[in-house]
Amino acid sequence: MSFKIASSPHNRISRSTSQLMLLVVLACLPGIIVQALLFGYGVLVQLVLAIATAWAAEALIMRLRAKPVLPRLKDHSALLTGVLLAVAIPPYAPWWLIIIGTGFAIIIVKQLYGGLGNNLFNPAMAAYVMLLISFPLQMTQWLPSASLQPEALTLLDAVCTVFSQYSCSGFSVSQLQTGIDGISMATPLDTLRTDLAAGRTLTESLQQPVFYGFAGAGWLWVNLAYLAGGLVLLKLQVIGWRIPLAVLGTLFGLSLLSWLAAADTNPSPLFQLFSGATMLAAFFIATDPVSASTTNQGRILYGMLIGLMIFIIRKYGGYPDGVAFAVLLANMAVPLIDYYTRPRTYGHQAKGAGK
Amino acid sequence: MPSLFQQIQAGKLWDFHGGIHPPLRKAQTAQKPIGVLPLPDRLYIPLRQHIGVPGKLLVRVGQRVLKGQPLTNADNSMAVPVHAPTSGTIIAINEHISAHPSALPEPTITLAPDGQDEWRELFPLNLATSDNLSLLERIQESGIAGMGGAGFPTHLKAGLTQPVDYLIINAVECEPYISADDALMQEGAITIVKGIDILCKLLNPKAVLIGIEDDKPIASASLKAACSQREHYYVRDLPTKYPSGGEKQLIQLLTNKEVPAGRRPIDIGIVMLNVGTAFAIAQAVLDDHPLLSRVVTVTGETLRQPQNVLALIGTPVIDLLNFCGYQHQAEEKVIMGGPMMGFTLPDLTVPVIKTTNCILAPTSIELPAPGKETDCIRCSACADVCPASLLPQQLLWYSKAKDPAKLDEYNLFDCIECGACAYVCPSEIPLVQYYRVAKADIREQQREAVKAEQAKARFEARNARLEREKQERMARNQKLAQAREQAQQGAGNSDAVAAALARIKAKQAEQSAAPADREQMLAEREAKKQQARAYQAARAADLLPTERAAPAAQQNNTASGETTTTEPAAAKNAAVAAAVARAKARKAAQVQAEQQSQVVEAEQTKQPEAIAPPAAQADIDPRKAAIAAAIARAKAKKQADSEKS
Repeated sequence: MSFKIASSPHNRISRSTSQLMLLVVLACLPGIIVQALLFGYGVLVQLVLAIATAWAAEALIMRLRAKPVLPRLKDHSALLTGVLLAVAIPPYAPWWLIIIGTGFAIIIVKQLYGGLGNNLFNPAMAAYVMLLISFPLQMTQWLPSASLQPEALTLLDAVCTVFSQYSCSGFSVSQLQTGIDGISMATPLDTLRTDLAAGRTLTESLQQPVFYGFAGAGWLWVNLAYLAGGLVLLKLQVIGWRIPLAVLGTLFGLSLLSWLAAADTNPSPLFQLFSGATMLAAFFIATDPVSASTTNQGRILYGMLIGLMIFIIRKYGGYPDGVAFAVLLANMAVPLIDYYTRPRTYGHQAKGAGK
Repeated sequence: MPSLFQQIQAGKLWDFHGGIHPPLRKAQTAQKPIGVLPLPDRLYIPLRQHIGVPGKLLVRVGQRVLKGQPLTNADNSMAVPVHAPTSGTIIAINEHISAHPSALPEPTITLAPDGQDEWRELFPLNLATSDNLSLLERIQESGIAGMGGAGFPTHLKAGLTQPVDYLIINAVECEPYISADDALMQEGAITIVKGIDILCKLLNPKAVLIGIEDDKPIASASLKAACSQREHYYVRDLPTKYPSGGEKQLIQLLTNKEVPAGRRPIDIGIVMLNVGTAFAIAQAVLDDHPLLSRVVTVTGETLRQPQNVLALIGTPVIDLLNFCGYQHQAEEKVIMGGPMMGFTLPDLTVPVIKTTNCILAPTSIELPAPGKETDCIRCSACADVCPASLLPQQLLWYSKAKDPAKLDEYNLFDCIECGACAYVCPSEIPLVQYYRVAKADIREQQREAVKAEQAKARFEARNARLEREKQERMARNQKLAQAREQAQQGAGNSDAVAAALARIKAKQAEQSAAPADREQMLAEREAKKQQARAYQAARAADLLPTERAAPAAQQNNTASGETTTTEPAAAKNAAVAAAVARAKARKAAQVQAEQQSQVVEAEQTKQPEAIAPPAAQADIDPRKAAIAAAIARAKAKKQADSEKS
């Protein structure tokens, strides 16, 4: 007869960290599927490369730190980092790009800061920014949506393109990037920026095939898919409502104001919400618990900061999308935000309240 | 805007931050009547079952006691007595494993029931004719301490003299599994209300608020029926949420008030007692039945008949489990209390005490052992559920970093250890355990700091004493020198013989002038010698057995038998010598101390530091000693300053 001695509480909710991470990955699936269908199978190749690299890098560091490898891989945090980076980079970017990026995310951004729970920055976004700065050409090789691509690419083509930068039938990526009309196509956000800078009005710009009239072709569906996944996470209480709502609300509010002020030169709020990585950022990236604020008030501030930075970078910055920069800047502000938004403890005076 | 009281009267309820909804699993016991345990073979009655100090022992081994007879005597206000739960014989008074998370043995009376269950004489009180003092005395003499878990002496709460706005009766019972209060309310609502009447007479509150969770509809209805004749009694059904039954949380739920940090509910005009306590008060006052038994929920899937039982205080846990059809498991876990705040028992002879509300014997599937702790991912699920609005993940970080300043900044000591944070943690971090360790560390540090302060005071007092003794010696020598000089002068200065005579005279004068001084010195010297001798003797006595034991163990039986015959004798002689020497030394020291204290008194006006208490006193009451030392230092400094200027 032996008695188990344990410390209270003896009862625990059964959801573990690894389950939470896996749920987030699963919630990405609708977005990934839409991305694969509308922008080609390249994203799947990138996913395979990213996940393999993430696991290998995690295992390597765990081995170096003389810690058990398998439990760490089973927490699915490396998997999630790999997935988020893979869906964020252009689907036909060369194979080494994703490997460098994922390795950087896991080894430098996450593990060198102390591993899971200790990293200051969102690993996927830090890696994205590193890649964007180091390899700007490859990082902007976005193909137009499949309906606008001159050649329909098979899965095999996708593999060939990622590994050799030429499809099996011999088209180069830059050729693939060229639209049916022979004009090289950028992403909708990029196109709009270029057009607006060139003096065209919003209405003129939106007439181009890369747009559906009010949002980017294909991108609308991708964003809707991530929104759906995000709502599932909210429903399952994997993520809280504060950060997504603050990100989207701020972005919506600012773009509404600017649109109302000058409708010709500012994209509509709906365009902002359903373009680029807005939904991915709001539900999957900004909500990364490790690098986000931990207080309720702080989460709202943190989300608002991201929304504000996305808006500013999209409007005034030199990069096509501002999500990664916005998230990193907000990550930096987290310790400060957390410090100043501590909740009032029961039985204590509110901060600044006189006795 | 209606006033708070009007809002409360109108039935308004508030909410507290956070909270969780663990599976309740109360149905398996709440619907059944309270079972009565057969008399156990042995009752283990710890002398102290409450927060405070134990009473003075009144019985001896071998004595027969009657049911309800006090076994200890409450000789101060922080003590409540324990009673014989049934008639029988005291068969032992010794250390027994305690009903405490530490399971450290504590002084316990072992009673062998005689099966007759014979009461002592009873003196019921009449509520209408009794004054408050006799009521309070009865509550204390009946051994009543808070039955909700903390075990705070009830007479202290009931005897509060500050004005009371709200008397809150805690009938929430928010911990999963436990239904002891529920069962008591279903069967004894009328007695409970009588107990509340007594409390109202003592405390005279504006209103009585009875908080009960809405998962106990029958109990709630019984209470409402019992309260129907009382105008200012309000039964409030609260939404089921853990930990609504926490004192601070219930106050917030019912009155929207917060107990300021570090204060007590009475400071905001509130007194809270558990329903079980109210029941016990009624029994004590109206029937003169002291607290001899309590309702205990015995539950868990290892039991064939989980149910509430009325158990005598002191009944071993195993008797309760067996009564309910306990099936032994390969890996057993028995918890005293609920799954959220209870503690596991290392042994099943632990007795039921006044605060025991549940014995939980789950299977390993029902409440699985915790998984492996992993890294915190800062998800803040813990902060979302914390009823004190703390930031548990920050507290974890600083607990691991052992940073008491930051822990204080993040209000570690406002943690009520409800376990909600650890319950929701996806990384399975035993957060509460970290906080308990951190709190214990900080308390230990504070104790060390106080000790260091005392040591400093002692050291300074010693230095002052040595300095004083030096000054005295010098003064004495000077006086003697003067006496010699005078003698020399008086005898003239030409004749060598006269000079020699003068020296002799001076010597005589010296001897006659300071006999006390000399005696003192001699006594001191003697005392020191005695002490040294005593020390050596004691050392010899200590060393002898151990020195001899080692070789003895190596030798064969006959040889070791030889040594054991001589060994005790030698040790005994040494011990006797040591004792004699100690006694002598003590006597000498006493003489010395007396003489010294006279000197001290004389010197006090000059040297205020002499007021610093000696070490012996410091041991008696360290806090007082530290304060006295501090005052003495301050005075000395002041005087030194004034002397300088």
